[in-house]
This record gives sequence, structure tokens and C-alpha cells, in this order.
Amino acid sequence: MDKLKLAIIGLGKMGLSHLSIAGAHSEVSIVGVCDTSKIVIDFLKKFTPFECFSDYKKMIESSKPDAVILAVPTKFHYEMIADLLQKKIHVFSEKPLTTNPTEATHLTQLANQFQVVNQVGYHNQFLGTFIEMKRLINNGTIGAIQHFTGEAYGPVITKSNESTWRSNASEGGGCLMDYASHVIDLINGSIGVITKTHGFLLKKIYSTNVEDAVYGLLELSSGVTGVLSVNWSDETYRKMTTRITINGSNGKIICDATELKVFLKNSIETEGYSKGWNIKTVGALQEPVDFYLRGEEYSAQLDYFIKAALKKVPNTINTFEQAAHTDRAIQLIQSSN
Amino acid sequence: MDRILFGDNQFFGVNHISDEKSRQQLVHFKNDEAIIEVLDLAIQEGVNTFMCTTYARIGNICSHVKSNPEKYADFKIFPCMPYAHKYANAVTELGMVGAVKSYLPGNMVGTMLKGGWAFLSKDYLKLMEVLVDAEMKMFEGVSTPIIFLQNVVTDMLLGLQAGEVLAAFHQYVKKRYKAEAGFITMNLPLLSKTLDGLGIEQPIICTSFNKEGFRMSGGVKAYEEVLAAKKCRVIAMQIFGGGFIPAKEAVAYVSSFAEIESILFGASSHGNIKATTSWIREMSLANNKTKSLPNEQSKL
Repeated sequence: MDKLKLAIIGLGKMGLSHLSIAGAHSEVSIVGVCDTSKIVIDFLKKFTPFECFSDYKKMIESSKPDAVILAVPTKFHYEMIADLLQKKIHVFSEKPLTTNPTEATHLTQLANQFQVVNQVGYHNQFLGTFIEMKRLINNGTIGAIQHFTGEAYGPVITKSNESTWRSNASEGGGCLMDYASHVIDLINGSIGVITKTHGFLLKKIYSTNVEDAVYGLLELSSGVTGVLSVNWSDETYRKMTTRITINGSNGKIICDATELKVFLKNSIETEGYSKGWNIKTVGALQEPVDFYLRGEEYSAQLDYFIKAALKKVPNTINTFEQAAHTDRAIQLIQSSN
Repeated sequence: MDRILFGDNQFFGVNHISDEKSRQQLVHFKNDEAIIEVLDLAIQEGVNTFMCTTYARIGNICSHVKSNPEKYADFKIFPCMPYAHKYANAVTELGMVGAVKSYLPGNMVGTMLKGGWAFLSKDYLKLMEVLVDAEMKMFEGVSTPIIFLQNVVTDMLLGLQAGEVLAAFHQYVKKRYKAEAGFITMNLPLLSKTLDGLGIEQPIICTSFNKEGFRMSGGVKAYEEVLAAKKCRVIAMQIFGGGFIPAKEAVAYVSSFAEIESILFGASSHGNIKATTSWIREMSLANNKTKSLPNEQSKL
């Protein structure tokens, strides 16, 4: 069996995690890794078998990958992805796709034009609980949607901080792009595409240049409305916690990474959900993975990308087109503020 | 290693199934006294080893243990390092270099200002040793015969094919702390193969082991094959599959393997501690009678 020749650009927290997962994948051959940080590259040179580069163009030229995982600050995405697509290289990009929806749309066009596999790292879409939530929305189990609440909280910035790219909005930093984008993408992908925003507040808590919390109202193309509430300076959470609540004419769904709670007014026997509360845990809903690093969803999303590049599955989850909807919603929120 | 090890997830709101349950636990164990009370209940049930992540609060538990030497004469702690979210959040907030700096002991920062940082950053294994020492500081004076590397780090290095670092941890812990290294993993088959390839004999590996295959990468069958190969000393964790396997069934499954040396579990109530420990003992004994055990001395 031919393995997928994969290269990774950007070896921060996400890039190293992707490299480790891909490094353990039986259908992948890592042909190159690239970062500008000497500390990281020196470490990888010394302890791993991977060929290391500090210039991504040189890496592409010399290692000729079939596919690339891109985990660099968002502001570099557009130029680098456009370059890779034109070389007919499959691209998995970290989220958000771009800092500007016009660029995201252009990248979508290029990906379609050059017929390459394109995926963005919104890993929640590979969590068993959120997959089941989406299925229940689509098949009408909770009836017509009346209202939704999308939330994410976590302890990222809990004191006045030294500056990194995450504290610079033009580089893709800030709670909206970094944290809220996950919730926005889940809403776009599971409930409906966001087309309008109302009364948004982007609040600074500890940061000086970017927002630490995002609160406001969203309106979908279907006319359904809901609330977005995200705060990355909330230390009452041990780690990032993302939750979607949906009220429908036949009940309610409360879903997070670990648990799916469904309340039904009337049983839907064909789905195995009865009247009243039904609780399903991630243990029962999550497909197992071959290598686990930090959550099944991280392994599952890369496995899907690798299989799509090897033409074993369709390229339909977390595409550039879907991520462009999220970039558009982010811009709507920024401009309404 | 004792047959039964007591875990710490319940004390710190780590719950793989429910965020709500996690919050209830955080409220219940807000004060260190509440943790000590449950540890004492576990000791009362004959469980003398506490396996815990290196949260700052564990320092208070260590102080309590040290100030009551007679009461805790047989008590051991297996530290598991590092507490990964602490570092991950720091990397997001301060960047990679800033995060490392922020966790180095004060005198090290001084060294770095004098240009030591450039030196230190080239000698990664030295840096690992410094970080291990920083995490171990709170355990001074407490018996820590096994020191574990958390699964996030073990598995990250495993995927990066950087086994040399795992071997260096193994060596350092032996040299500096006269302790055995332990490795926590969600990928037992791959880790066992890797450590074997590095020439580490009979490594201690703590891994998910449950009848449903929850967090058992590669599947139940591959895990059972690793046991049969007898190339590592296995501690079973997540025996309840994150909470959705009925307790007695869960214990029966892990107790049925003579090759599983220890079983790790955590609980908050005396009733649950008592029930789980007595099931493990009964079922292990029952299985010992029916199966031949190659390393009988390590049981019970």
C-alpha cells in the first residue's frame, strides 16, 4: 500500500500534536517538518527521524509532499494555502481558515479548481456527542428549532499577559477567532448558517489588544435566532468546555464533549429516544481511534483527512467552504461591534 | 507495587463523562481536609498507595503526610507529571519559551538571564531533568517509589518517535530519585513495543483497561495480546470505562487477568471504596485459584 507523503508546517502546540498523531498513523509517511523556531527544530532533529526545515518553500520543493498540515498563525494562512493549492497539494489547515472571508472564499475556489482535499481543524465536528446532536437536529427528533445557545468557557487568559500572536487580532488572536470560532463553526455546521448578528459585545478582561469574551445574538439563514456566549478568561473551567443547547418544538438538546442530554415531549421510538430525559455519554457515542493523544476527535479528524487524500472517504466534513461560513460570521461579529 | 492503587481524579473534578459531576466533586473537595479524609478511608480499607497528578494542592497533602509520620508509615505516593493543562494554557498565554521560563525554579531564571538559557535550550534532556526536579520538589520527604510520566507527554513522544526521551526519563528517575519510572498511556500496544525496542525491561505501564475498549487504542484484543506477551508490568486504569460499565462487571473483567499487576481506581465515598476494594480482592483471589500465576509474589 502506498502511504500518504505528509509534511507539517508550524510546530507550536497544535502542530506538534498533529505531528505526533500523524507520526503514529499507519498510512502516513512524514516527509518533512518545518518551523522557524530553532528550539523546536533542534529538538526534532535530535530526537525524531523527521527531516527538518526552517523554510517551508524549500521543504515543499525537496520533500514533494502529497499533503500538508498547516498550523501557523492565521495571518499566514491565505498566502501559504494558496501557494500549496496551486501545487496541487492537499491541505489540512488549523482554524480559523483566514482572517478575512474574501480570502476564505478565494481559497475555496482554488481548492475546487485544483481538486485537492481541503479540511480545517474544527475538531468538535468529530466528537461523538456533537455528531449525534447534528443527526438528531437533521432528522427532526427535537422538532422545529425555536432557539439555541452556543457557549465555550475556559482558563486561557487569566491574568494580564505577555504578548504573543494570540494577543494580536490582526494575526488571528483573541477570544473571537481562537475560541468562539469553534462554537460558531458548530452552529454553522449543525444548526444553520449564520447570516446576521445583533448586539454583540467584545469584552476585554485581562488582555489589552484583544477581547477575552464575546457575547451577542445570532440569526441564521432559516430565521432561527440564538445566543453566543464565550469567555476564555473563566478559570472556573479546568479546560475548554463547549456546549450547545437547542430548544425545539419536540424538546431540548444539551450537548458538550462528554455528554448528550435529550429531553423529548414525545418519544421517537425509531431513534431509540423516549419521552423525558435521555442521556448518552461520549463513551457510548465515540468511535475508537488507532492512536490516542488528547481526545478521539483530534485523531479522528486527521484520520479523515488522510483517508480523503488517499481517496478512501469523501472530502465533505470541515471543508474550506464550511470554514469560510465561519470566517464570514466572525467578520459580521467584528463589524457589528 | 500494591494490587490496588488509589487515584485522584475525583478530587480535582476530572470526570470523563460529566462536567456536572466534575463540578460537584470540585465543590466537595474544595478543602484539603476533605481529600485527606477520603485518603484515610482508603488506607482504612488497606489501600496504601496514592497515585496523583502534580497539582499544586498535592503539596498540601504531602505536608500533612510528613507531619504525621507514624500514621502514614506505610503510605506511598506515585506522582504523575506534568499536570499538562497547566503547561498547555501557559504555552497559549506565554508562548513556548515563556511557558518554560515560567515553570523553571527561581534560581534557573537567574542563570538564564546570564545567558544560560541558550545553553539550557540546547540540552533538552537537562531541561527535562530540571522540570522533573521542579515537579518533584513538593514530594521531598514522602515515599515515591514510582514516578510516572503523564499520558499526554508519553503519547506525544511516542507519536513523535522520540523514544530516546522516554528512556532518558526512565534513567533520570532511577538515578536521581532511586525510583522506577512509570509511563501512563492510551496506546499500550505501541508503547510496549517502543519501550521493548529501547531495551527497557519490564517497564511499568499504566493504561486504560476495560471490557468495552474505552480509550484502548488498537482495540481490546491488541491489549490482551500485550498482557500475554508479559513484556511489561501493567496497571489497569479507567476500569469503569469512564463510568458507563457497571462497577462489579468492570472489576470482574480486569481481575480476570493474572498479568495485570495493579488496578487503579478512585472513589469519593467510603461505601464505594469498600465495595471496589473488596471486589478486587475477592475476584483476584478467585482467579488466582483457577489460573496459574507466574509472579504470585506481586499479587495482593
